Amino acid sequence: MTTEAIDNLSQKLEYLSNRPSLDYPAFNCPQDRILDCLQYCKKELGFDLLCDVTAIDHFETSPRFEVVYHLYSTRNPAYVRIVTPCVGDENPEAASVTGIWAAADWHERETYDMFGIQFTGHPDLRRILMWDGYPYYPLRKEFPLAGHEVDLPAADVVERTGVKVLPAPMMGGPFHAGQTGPMSKREPRADDESWTETKLQKELEKPHKPRELSEPKE
Amino acid sequence: MTKTEYAFNSKIEGEVIVTQADAVINWIRAHSIWPMPMGLACCAIELMAAGGSRFDISRFGSEVMRFSPRQSDCMIVAGTVTYKMAEVVRRIYDQMAEPKWVIAMGACASTGGMYRSYAVLQGVDRVVPVDVYISGCPPRPEALLDGLLRLREKIRGERSVSGLVKGREERELAYTEANR
Repeated sequence: MTTEAIDNLSQKLEYLSNRPSLDYPAFNCPQDRILDCLQYCKKELGFDLLCDVTAIDHFETSPRFEVVYHLYSTRNPAYVRIVTPCVGDENPEAASVTGIWAAADWHERETYDMFGIQFTGHPDLRRILMWDGYPYYPLRKEFPLAGHEVDLPAADVVERTGVKVLPAPMMGGPFHAGQTGPMSKREPRADDESWTETKLQKELEKPHKPRELSEPKE
Repeated sequence: MTKTEYAFNSKIEGEVIVTQADAVINWIRAHSIWPMPMGLACCAIELMAAGGSRFDISRFGSEVMRFSPRQSDCMIVAGTVTYKMAEVVRRIYDQMAEPKWVIAMGACASTGGMYRSYAVLQGVDRVVPVDVYISGCPPRPEALLDGLLRLREKIRGERSVSGLVKGREERELAYTEANR
């Protein structure tokens, strides 16, 4: 395999199209041919290592989700990137490549966990980072950085401590405690725990009031 | 707070020591705080350094790192506590025998630190009662040792005898009330 072979990949497999890329050669592939394409890359071009499977959320465009595969050849060091759109915008689906590289198993579980992409043919598609039953997909564009309020799964711990998953405060450093009272009585807390993007949005919508300049005193 | 120094003069007192039960119990407890290393992130590396020969946590009677909660006195929460891990931290705390204390080591365990995130518990004191907070990201081993000495000071001021009778329920109740 040579660099030329990679560059001519889109001529060899006529369903591929070149994708603009700043570093490695990249190709777009239609979803129904992705298994053929990746099988060809592994068997014929020697891309024996699947480095990463991830996804891109093109919010408010269709197709909304694209799955990205990063392949590497350990014999002739070279990278290639294959991108394929998902079927469906709200409940996206893509074919699982666990049959080609076993390494895809956890990568696809992570992509499912963060973007909610269903990989058809995956042997064990469960969440991998968040807990089972978490109702959101955190890397989707509509998910706020601070998160949503949900219940913690362990009912007995919740009963004893009253802990809840709350939107994270977005302001105040880790040890920026309130400035009232003696230091030994203060607990380290963010200054304003209620501040999130939702609150910022409200502040931005307020009409802007210029600060009144006071008359200099004589 | 019992802060009196209890010295023993054998010439006056012979083989008998007269003191308070609180003082003896607290003295024993304060000098053998066995930690439960709840190492969750990079703070655990500093915790390991504190256990090594250069910083040597055994100077303070705390070298016995027990990975079994049944044999430990002080849970050192070293690292970022995610919501997924929070329930585990609480369960291990529940399994520790009384008396027990908690040190929140570093910014993450104290407040969530730089992880203002949907996945991270904003301070381990939301699931377990914390006795000592240590600042730093991560804190140096000296800071951990200082935190340990502060905890020792705290233990010296405790009412241990009455605590033997009604300690746990009271603490639990106070903690639940404070969270409501």
